[in-house]
Amino acid sequence: MVKNRVVANKWDVMTISKLVLIELWKRKSQLVTGLLAITLGIAVIVAIQSVSVVSEQNVARNLDNLGANILVLPQGASIDNYYTSDIDAPTLPMDYVERILTSTIAGVDNMSPKLTRRVKVGDQSVVLTGILPKSEIASKPLWQSSGLPGAEVKAACTQNQSANKSHGMEDEKLKRKAIDTLNNNDCIAGSQVAKKLKLSANKPISILGKEFKVVKILPETGTVDDDRIFANLKDVQHLLGIENQVSAIEIMGCCNAISEGLLGKLRNILPDTRITTIGQIVSTQIETNRLMRKVTLVMLVIIFFVGGISIGNYIWANVNERKREIGILRMMGADRGTIYKMFLLKALILGIAGGMLGFLLGTLAGVVLGPYLAGIAVKPVYSYLLWSVLLSVVISLAGSLFPTYLAAKFDPHTNLQED
Amino acid sequence: MILKGINIVKQYPHKGGLINALDNVSFTINEGDFVTVTGPSGSGKSTLLLALFGLIRLTSGIIVLHEKRIDNTPDWHLTELRKKFAGYILQSFALIPYLTTIQNVMIPLALEKVPGKEQYKRAAEILDYVGLADRMEHLPRELSAGQQQRVAIARSIVHRPQIILADEPTGNLDPALSREILDFLQKINRENKITIIMVTHSPLAAGYGTMKLHLNEGKIVA
Repeated sequence: MVKNRVVANKWDVMTISKLVLIELWKRKSQLVTGLLAITLGIAVIVAIQSVSVVSEQNVARNLDNLGANILVLPQGASIDNYYTSDIDAPTLPMDYVERILTSTIAGVDNMSPKLTRRVKVGDQSVVLTGILPKSEIASKPLWQSSGLPGAEVKAACTQNQSANKSHGMEDEKLKRKAIDTLNNNDCIAGSQVAKKLKLSANKPISILGKEFKVVKILPETGTVDDDRIFANLKDVQHLLGIENQVSAIEIMGCCNAISEGLLGKLRNILPDTRITTIGQIVSTQIETNRLMRKVTLVMLVIIFFVGGISIGNYIWANVNERKREIGILRMMGADRGTIYKMFLLKALILGIAGGMLGFLLGTLAGVVLGPYLAGIAVKPVYSYLLWSVLLSVVISLAGSLFPTYLAAKFDPHTNLQED
Repeated sequence: MILKGINIVKQYPHKGGLINALDNVSFTINEGDFVTVTGPSGSGKSTLLLALFGLIRLTSGIIVLHEKRIDNTPDWHLTELRKKFAGYILQSFALIPYLTTIQNVMIPLALEKVPGKEQYKRAAEILDYVGLADRMEHLPRELSAGQQQRVAIARSIVHRPQIILADEPTGNLDPALSREILDFLQKINRENKITIIMVTHSPLAAGYGTMKLHLNEGKIVA
């Protein structure tokens, strides 16, 4: 049968996978069309997500600036008690702070125990509030602008929380500074009380017979803090004769944790207290987060369908173009699994390539257009590469499944008789 | 006996009724036969060819391959039988346009998962046998019609089938090329004892048959 033997080349093997690669390579213009659909889809998602991450961080920071969102009050106390600071307002043990700290409850980022009482300074009635300086400053973002020195502390929903870590980024701007100490005889005055009592920095003030030095006048915050004088908690407890007691514990809880039952967990370890959220703050935080998630989800669903249909359409056109090829392969003994392999492998390759290209294009678009369109600096989120490829592959395979099913069902002879 | 048909009936629905594409067709084909199937258009020739290995399911009747009934076996088994026992040659050549000559010929071996080295060796040998050793890296569009049909023949025999099923293999060729291809099929038939079942309109092609079936309105009339 053989006249001249040809030396075998071990690399010249034919497989169905190789058939797919050759077909992709030999029909480059079609490959570009097919890739375009999935690449653009993924690029849109990556660009939106890249911008969203930074936007979410901005939103998180803004939400964080709203301050504490959970109040732990003594049993029977009301929010009014908390604000009016009546002389006979009930208190709760200071030990409760330790109880929360030593628990395994997640989502409590900062606690500000405080003792608040209305006192007379001269002939003026003012509210004296004892605070733990570090905790208090951390929970009062509006105090940050006053230039108080101190170490960085974490704030609610910030870098140690999944809300931000899930994006693979940490926002340095979310770190706050707190003063480390507030000496026994030091105090900080709110802007209104400073005006009322004509206080200024480094000037002395006598409260309940004890001399304090005003170390700082806070900028106007538009809150009850403007009418308060803040001193060291231990100092105030001693001065008021209410040792180891506080009026309230303000907590900055991660809003995700709140929606996941943080209040219930706190109530379990502090049964004889009244634990409440500062409703507007929490609902704003939760609603904003929910909205961001919904926007992303809507985009994802749209891209899934648009991308899936585009890829499906491309594969269907490819199936129709290759009907004769499918027919002859089936005649030669290719089973339906082989036909599935041919088209789904092609979809897989398109998905991987489309995901990678989409990531590059989307990231580039986000980085370049983000500052112009959204006014925010966007950085590449490298973890999106994996998600882009995964999403692209899923969309590509899902879109190709039905055309491939039809291709595998073709009658071989019908296709061959169509010439 | 290699292949036997017993009372084969194939009906198609047509305008609310049924038409008999094959009507009680029976035959026995022995190993090494060169069978020509002739008849006017619509007589059921191609239907018979497609029915032999289950590409069309019968309405009734029996097909026996090597003493085993195959008309009632599942699709996957018929696919395996086609892969192992049959080679197809079509009027339109049906080469895969983006594959080179040798890649086209290697396809049946790829489906049989023959190892790479062996694939190339066997495909190259067969292309040499059909006189296309110098056209191995050409694409189908770079070959003449006769060369394309020889590639199709090479592809149909590379996996060493026992039966070649040819549907109008010379339908697209001029008389000189037709004779060349028919001579070649005869050579394959004689040298390798491969059974050939060839559907044809051409009296020239019909003359090559050692066994002749003539169909008319789905019945064997000669």
